[in-house]
Amino acid sequence: MRHVLSALVQNVPGVLANVSGMLSSRGYNIDSLAVGETENPDLSRMTFVLRGNDAVLEQVRKQLAKIVTVVRVDDISSQDFVERDLMLIKIKAESGAQRSEIRELADIFRGRIVDVGRGEVIVEISGQESKITPFIELVRPFGIIELVRTGRIAMVRSGPGPAEANDQ
Amino acid sequence: MTTSITKPPAAKPATETRIMLGADILVESLVRNGVEIIFAYPGGASMPLHQALTRYRDRLRTILPRHEQGGSFAAQGYARATGRPGVCMATSGPGATNLVTAIADAKLDSIPLIAITGQVKTQVIGTDAFQETPIVEVCRGITKHHYLVTDIKDLARVMKEAFHVATTGRPGPVLVDIPKDIQEARFVPDWDAPMHLPGYASTQPQAKPEQVRQVAAAIRLARRPVIYAGGGIISGEASEELRELAHKTGIPVAMTVMGLGAFPNDDPQSLDMLGMHGSVYANYAVNEADLVLALGVRFDDRVTGKLAEFAKHAKIVHVDVDASELNKNKLAHIPICSDVKPFLKELCRIVQPPEDIKDWVKQCAEWKRTEPYKYDRNFDGILAQHAIAELSRLTQERETIITVGVGQHQMWAAQFYRFKHPRTFESSSGLGTMGFGLPAALGAQAAYPDRLVVDIDGDGSFLMNIQELATAHCENLPIKVLLLNNQHLGMVVQWEDRFMDGNRAHTYLGPIHHAEATGQGSGAFATERYPDFVSIAKGFGCGAATISRKADLVPAITEMINYPGPYVLDVATPYLEHVLPMIPGGMTVKDIIKE
Repeated sequence: MRHVLSALVQNVPGVLANVSGMLSSRGYNIDSLAVGETENPDLSRMTFVLRGNDAVLEQVRKQLAKIVTVVRVDDISSQDFVERDLMLIKIKAESGAQRSEIRELADIFRGRIVDVGRGEVIVEISGQESKITPFIELVRPFGIIELVRTGRIAMVRSGPGPAEANDQ
Repeated sequence: MTTSITKPPAAKPATETRIMLGADILVESLVRNGVEIIFAYPGGASMPLHQALTRYRDRLRTILPRHEQGGSFAAQGYARATGRPGVCMATSGPGATNLVTAIADAKLDSIPLIAITGQVKTQVIGTDAFQETPIVEVCRGITKHHYLVTDIKDLARVMKEAFHVATTGRPGPVLVDIPKDIQEARFVPDWDAPMHLPGYASTQPQAKPEQVRQVAAAIRLARRPVIYAGGGIISGEASEELRELAHKTGIPVAMTVMGLGAFPNDDPQSLDMLGMHGSVYANYAVNEADLVLALGVRFDDRVTGKLAEFAKHAKIVHVDVDASELNKNKLAHIPICSDVKPFLKELCRIVQPPEDIKDWVKQCAEWKRTEPYKYDRNFDGILAQHAIAELSRLTQERETIITVGVGQHQMWAAQFYRFKHPRTFESSSGLGTMGFGLPAALGAQAAYPDRLVVDIDGDGSFLMNIQELATAHCENLPIKVLLLNNQHLGMVVQWEDRFMDGNRAHTYLGPIHHAEATGQGSGAFATERYPDFVSIAKGFGCGAATISRKADLVPAITEMINYPGPYVLDVATPYLEHVLPMIPGGMTVKDIIKE
């Protein structure tokens, strides 16, 4: 089962090495790991996506929580949350027809072209896995030169209220 | 320059306004945290620290080991004997990496250890400077916590945090790496700076009353209950409470290697040790139990064998201070994250004895009577088991502390020495570090100068830190070594014999042209003994003797324990003897080997 863990950690040198070292030395595989500062400069947020049964997840969560610089860990998978992943993808586009086709696809997926070169374009696109992956598959025939992703970040929704208008 | 400092009364915060060197701040922190002894080996990057140590010598004893690994295991020996944090110090680079084994060892056995390392100056960190190692990076996965101090303003707070983290919750090793320029910097320390540990529990976890009631109810209904007690009882100082629980309920008690001494083994309710080389009766009892009270244990593979079969019929109550141990290896029916001492106190207050366990207690006693630990008492020569049993008999009336290396002699010590008190048996149990026994004995002896401290060692383990005999002599630490010398790596030989057709693969410790090196030896003993441990011991200034005849054993042990200084008694033992009983790795109590 796929789990999203959200960890608040002290913003000190070595905390990322500590966390990733623990995960690898205990043999846990992570699909994605994203880290960045929070509204509090003393704290960073790490978001992990990993797969495993409940017993494995319980261990990962407890082992994370045991690291002294990890302030708290939540498995938010069971809650209603917004999840995003930002991708930059450089695609071959030698002819005008190719370029407009890519632009159309980018529009449909609410992405945008952020750079145009002589024979290639860079598209920026963000969203969930279920949106990013099909886009990659659709543009693959053009030729993908380079692809970079931030990894998944996630946030629990505020509870009852109107559903997000535009989840995709 | 610092002798005028006295501890301020608790109500009034210290108002220290003196400018101090970083090195003095660190050493003063040690004193303020109650450290009496540090095991420290100097080098370029830790020289200012050692200079500071000389300024505090009236309040802090510095013991110079002869290898950093020896120093770090001595610190562990001190910690294991006293329950207080052990402190060791080394220089950067090779000094620091020589601490790594003892740090990993302290992590696995939950020993409070403060390891302080000098580091190259901050300006050259990361340039591959002389004797630079990123020791914090090296040690991340094997410490409970670690610091690289890059700002002298942080030093006093970091030291306070280091002691707090090492000694609270599940104890463990904390590394403090301090660059030389920070040692030499000047600053007015703020001894009252608050700790900054937002991710660290500020209080010990406590069982909820309903959890304790649930356990009491389970005990009341149990027909075949067993207590499985581990190192957590000892580190949690809960030995008295364990005894009370056992005596109130009549439940038999089995112990792990780390738990030996938690319950007196001359008590009729004691089932002694369980696990791979544990007693037949302890393993039978756990196998047949309908309730296992697992207290301060971690269901280690050396205890459980095949996990799915371990205590298969039992309801399992698991109490541990470390939440990540619960349900890690074995699912517990009642998992309780708690400091074990208050849990046991509360349980003792409300518990009622099980309704009817008479038959069960009788059954356990019967197993204990019919299948005791045994060895051939008529053997012509000295069996290691016999030597340990005799040492035990001759030292029972003293407050003896036993340390061991790793291997057959370690297991035989666990089986045949009669431990009655917590913190009297020091064994590298989780990591299984050969060479642990001698330095650990030094640490225990330094903590308790008047007690008898005996390292029961094997010739392989002893040689790994033999240089510490110099520390014993030079620092006046009158430890004794009962050296069970069979010229082989006995435990590996045992596995070769059991599982590898007896093919000797570098398990003979004498010259390679000897017949024993290829397994062609004749007789029960190696024909020659190498090296000459008596000459070595005497060369270090220790007393020494060697024996091989059974009749000499008791007089020789008596002479050893009465000798005023450090002493090595070299005992020739046979090398084809196996530690039994044995449950081979990954197997079950059904596979127990008794002969």
